[in-house]
Amino acid sequence: MSVIVKIKKKFSFLFKWFLKKDRMKIGIYGPPNAGKTTLANRILRDWTGDVMGSVSEVPHETRRARLREGVKIEVNGKSVMLDIVDTPGLATKIDFHEFMKFGLSEEEAKKRAKEATEGVIEAIKWLDDLDGVLMVMDATEDPYTQVNVTIVGNIEARNIPLLIVANKIDLPNASPARIKAAFPQHPVVPVSALKGMNIDTLYREIAEKFG
Amino acid sequence: MEGVQLNLISKDRLDKMASMEKIRMILEEVKRGKIVVLESGLTPEEEAKLIELTMLEIDHDKFVGIEVESYPQKSRGFLGKIFGSSGGRLTVIGPANRLKTLQKSDEFIEALVSLGDR
Ligand SMILES: Nc1nc2c(ncn2[C@@H]2O[C@H](COP(=O)(O)OP(=O)(O)OP(=O)(O)O)[C@@H](O)[C@H]2O)c(=O)[nH]1
Ligand SMILES: [Mg+2]
Repeated sequence: MSVIVKIKKKFSFLFKWFLKKDRMKIGIYGPPNAGKTTLANRILRDWTGDVMGSVSEVPHETRRARLREGVKIEVNGKSVMLDIVDTPGLATKIDFHEFMKFGLSEEEAKKRAKEATEGVIEAIKWLDDLDGVLMVMDATEDPYTQVNVTIVGNIEARNIPLLIVANKIDLPNASPARIKAAFPQHPVVPVSALKGMNIDTLYREIAEKFG
Repeated sequence: MEGVQLNLISKDRLDKMASMEKIRMILEEVKRGKIVVLESGLTPEEEAKLIELTMLEIDHDKFVGIEVESYPQKSRGFLGKIFGSSGGRLTVIGPANRLKTLQKSDEFIEALVSLGDR
């Protein structure tokens, strides 16, 4: 990496502060099944009336990143214009046998696994093109996973704003507190993307953080 | 003697290697079924690159990916952001079918290494 690029990278958080964009490109990141697409669908439904993509209990449902441009979110007179990217779930391993447990044939499962590996690569590539990240974690699961640590580390290294969404708080064993304890340096907003619980708080935080 | 090979790589050795060299070395060893222990770990960017290259190596037969155990980076202050050093923390990487995380917190990791393939 050249010195100039390095210096630019180091100071990018200052540059960003001076040259605030009127439109922010926000990536939705997280492990498979965290509820990224469910959240994207909720945001689009509330602010544009359309949907982002299909949702499934089978992991790696999203295998291509999807971009929806010009989503305007308005809270208390404050408005932000966002381009939202729903990304494929990040993983360090993909075993097609997992998909067969959900009733897919071996052939379907292998095809899904192949596409899923490509999806992970695409999601990582998108990291370089973002102005902010909504990181979705399943609050019923252990937050100290390598995927979570790697995503948060990469966002910190790029100095772009991060909001952590502790999703699925409608489930009895959800613990947003565990996520807060794991990533104390970042704001954590507990929501249920499925049921819409606490979603207004999330919109307020989005307007604050990305506006 | 039957067993799983552990490669423990010192910080001194890692400091001499370029990013891609480290990542290639890790993947090669892990694909052979070995567990690699890095004294000083990887940077977040190197971790992302490792995941990317792992995805390209997955053959949906013998190699289904990796398991990585590391601690979250201690958050860096303003000066750290400008002059930030790249020193990661102790990291263990192995094939996903041999290394399994049992329990993990920000200061303690419990993992299981199995001999079998599955
Ligand atoms: N109970 C509950 N279930 C949820 C919630 N959000 C998502 N889900 C469910 O979790 C599963 C995965 O949801 P998706 O939105 O497809 O998850 P994703 O993160 O986009 O997953 P990938 O595209 O595979 O990476 C689905 O069965 C959803 O119905 C929630 O707030 N509460
Ligand atoms: Mg999805």
